[in-house]
Amino acid sequence: MTSIADIVAEHAHREGPLLPILHDVQKAFGHVSEDAMRDIAQALNLTRAEVYGVVSFYHDFRKEAEARPILKLCRAEACKARGVDALVPIAENQSRVKLEAVYCLGMCSVGPAALVGDQVIARLDQARLSSLLEAM
Amino acid sequence: MTVRISNDAVALACGADAVAAAFAAAGVEVERVSSWGMHWMEPLVDIDGVGYGQVSADQVPSILSGDAKSIGRIEDHPFIAKQNRLTFARAGKTRPTSLDDYYATGGWLGLGQARAIGADATIETIMTSGLRGRGGAGFPAGIKWRTVADAPAEQKYIVCNADEGDSGTFADRMVMEGDPFMLIEGMAIAGFAVGASKAYIYIRSEYPHAIAKMEAAIRLSAHLIAPFVVEVRVGAGAYICGEETSLLNSLEGKRGEVRAKPPLPALEGLFGKPTVVNNVLTLAAVPWILAHGGEAYAAYGMGRSKGTMPVQLAGNVKHGGLFEVAFGITLGELVNEIGGGTASGRPVRCVQVGGPLGAYIAPAQFDLPFDYEAFAAADALIGHAGITVFDDSVDMAQMARFAMEFCAIESCGKCTPCRLGSTRGVETIDQIIAGNNVDANLALLADLAETMKFGSLCAMGGFTPYPVMSAIKLFPEDFR
Repeated sequence: MTSIADIVAEHAHREGPLLPILHDVQKAFGHVSEDAMRDIAQALNLTRAEVYGVVSFYHDFRKEAEARPILKLCRAEACKARGVDALVPIAENQSRVKLEAVYCLGMCSVGPAALVGDQVIARLDQARLSSLLEAM
Repeated sequence: MTVRISNDAVALACGADAVAAAFAAAGVEVERVSSWGMHWMEPLVDIDGVGYGQVSADQVPSILSGDAKSIGRIEDHPFIAKQNRLTFARAGKTRPTSLDDYYATGGWLGLGQARAIGADATIETIMTSGLRGRGGAGFPAGIKWRTVADAPAEQKYIVCNADEGDSGTFADRMVMEGDPFMLIEGMAIAGFAVGASKAYIYIRSEYPHAIAKMEAAIRLSAHLIAPFVVEVRVGAGAYICGEETSLLNSLEGKRGEVRAKPPLPALEGLFGKPTVVNNVLTLAAVPWILAHGGEAYAAYGMGRSKGTMPVQLAGNVKHGGLFEVAFGITLGELVNEIGGGTASGRPVRCVQVGGPLGAYIAPAQFDLPFDYEAFAAADALIGHAGITVFDDSVDMAQMARFAMEFCAIESCGKCTPCRLGSTRGVETIDQIIAGNNVDANLALLADLAETMKFGSLCAMGGFTPYPVMSAIKLFPEDFR
């Protein structure tokens, strides 16, 4: 099992190591906990407030664990133009998958689009979104 | 027989892997290449230059037996034939992380030329080309490079802004996923020209495929650009980090808050050192310019907008994708002739050019030429050249509301007009939509827009009024 100390040590030589460390901590533990923030702050000689400020600034970092699989649905203009808002109720009328908004996946010509892990899914319609949610 | 199928994220998101697997199962070798940029055709299968569009796995037998209908030679398709592909010359043709393919198609010639003519002449070449920053501001790249080159410092940096957050844009993503060595070569040339030994490329986390391809390409080409070093840094879901000073703070491991300018990043940038911050498309244009000369690039375009722009046709458009063309083409040609109008078949109501901070433009203004100055004169911006098309079912009051809402979600919070103005903007538009004191609230909104426009520290708060006020001006009926 990777520890916070291992992750910090891996990045400590880099210039501006905080974001790479936070990404790896979240990848390893699913979130960046209060304890993790304290350890990172100590290791980098930062205050806890500074680390908390960074964690809370960026949408990617979560301070609490999320047990459910996450579907990031693009809600930006190009996907709106292609009808994503009509699909939102389908994703909202279930609780097994956590729905999050994302603003642009670069699929603006083939939207509506969603991101699940590192997998991008485009040309979503009601049927495709429903089966995607069921498969998650 | 060579079967080529893209592994660009658009192709993958439309099911390209299943199609490639079906060909492989039939005993056919498949080359995974970059995307031609004809996104409505994806997954596009290219067999010895002949294309088959929107292919699904069950169509593979009929393609192999010759019964399927092709679109003819891809290169002759009007969408491709009408383009001036300089930056996207390799699109659809090469394997993204194959050094052999890159060498075979003129790769590294630009870097070789730069090293042969020296740093000073390299900057002169960029000056001559007229290349302007493709991220949105349109600042002359040569002047920025000269400023950094002339700044005395032990350490200087190249920072590639790959935080392509504007909805309606995907050209940076296509460069990184389709031709990563070209971008690395561009960064290496910039580093050589200004005397920087290190480059960071800041890629948004929403682009996992681009991150993987860039990291692979950097590993494969490290020896070719040494002692210059390129490192990928991954963003964390903050739109504002596409603003250059906010990006620098993020790279330093801080909150992505905007910095006041001056000092310019060219003089005091990353870690306080002189830094070239250029967009992906700016740096990606550089190898071609060095290999073919500044004059050759400047021969394209109009007025002070030289060269080509990779235009991105997005949203409710029939033929969506990447269309690289010399500046000067009109918006109407792009939307109606190249893009084929809407995907839904309904009339085009408006387009938004330049992402969430760009103005809405109605078909009555479609004779507007794609040119930085012409757009600025029309109170619009080219930005990163994404064109998002909307049909007549769009509710512009809701789009105006979203512009303010997006600003509220993504504001870095440093300056008051942006942080508070965006939230007050949402509330005011909600009042208008509800029909409460509409005239008074429209006047209040106009006043708020002025405050945001002139009082904000950066383009986030400063430009959010453009989509809002253009929507009100063009479509007042949606607000009553």
